Amino acid sequence: MLLSIYRYNPETDSEPYMQDEEVSLIAEKDLMVLDVLNLIKEKDQSLSYRRSCREGVCGSDGVNMNGTNGLACITPISEVVTNGKLVVRPLPGLPVIRDLVVDMSIFYKQYQRIKPYLQNSSPTGGHERLQSPEDRAKLDGLYECILCACCSTSCPSFWWNPEKFVGPSGLLQAYRFLADSRDEAMGTRLAELDDPFSVFRCRGIMNCVSVCPKGLNPTKAIGHIRDMLLSRAT
Amino acid sequence: MADWIVQRFSALILAAYTTVIVVWLAVYGTELTFAQWQGFIGQTWMKIFTLLTILALASHAWIGLWTVATDYLKKRLVRVVFLGFVAVSLVVYVVWGIIILWRFD
Repeated sequence: MLLSIYRYNPETDSEPYMQDEEVSLIAEKDLMVLDVLNLIKEKDQSLSYRRSCREGVCGSDGVNMNGTNGLACITPISEVVTNGKLVVRPLPGLPVIRDLVVDMSIFYKQYQRIKPYLQNSSPTGGHERLQSPEDRAKLDGLYECILCACCSTSCPSFWWNPEKFVGPSGLLQAYRFLADSRDEAMGTRLAELDDPFSVFRCRGIMNCVSVCPKGLNPTKAIGHIRDMLLSRAT
Repeated sequence: MADWIVQRFSALILAAYTTVIVVWLAVYGTELTFAQWQGFIGQTWMKIFTLLTILALASHAWIGLWTVATDYLKKRLVRVVFLGFVAVSLVVYVVWGIIILWRFD
């Protein structure tokens, strides 16, 4: 298999280049993309990428593989290689720090902006804030987000307006708190999203849904936020 | 929010108007005379519908092009010039459309 990796070291390279490596795979053994990157790194220590849990939980190793974003650690080689070739690039739309490592500041800034924590000023009554099983079920498909940024960096609206459009990941999280029966800040949360960019830049192309390694549906969550904004305005 | 609603409502109006025109043309299609055309467009309900459609088209185009411009035209000056051109064009089209409709009897 031919592996082509995006390389860029701002200290030594004037511009990024693609490094081609021939990797011999054992037929009956289907490695993950991360395993192959590790094999390359054994030979070439200068290759940089983020990884941690290697089982799709931490969300560190989001990369672009043959044009599709995903987590390198849970993407089998057999799933992404086409015509014996695999091209690995950093997540699109974010500044590259080095090789496959991107600067995620703007992504985290959008996450911070939606205030990703419960806001509730009523007294607790000496015990936890309880939820009915039905209310708890509303958070399924929302709370599982691991902030790997695969969705937001596959979204053209996020590429063009990362400062103003919250992005699929941030909006999924925004709805996670809007939908929470224990949160009391729905009004201010919605007010902060009600402008032409934050939510309404979503064109519903659903790249986010097709790349999410956790199988979540940000487009659906954005639809719910739109409904809430609509009923708030009318 | 308002943009989003206007975009959808204007789309409905445009779709309805297109349907009416296409159906009417399909019925009278091949041997259409100017008198028939004038008689159809000159009816009061059709004039109101046409006026509504012109306004819907202008607002739909404005919202759409404003969105495209804020996505793709990153240089402020280029964007302002482009949107200025769009705004002037749309106002001209609306005024022109109204004048044409008013002369129609």
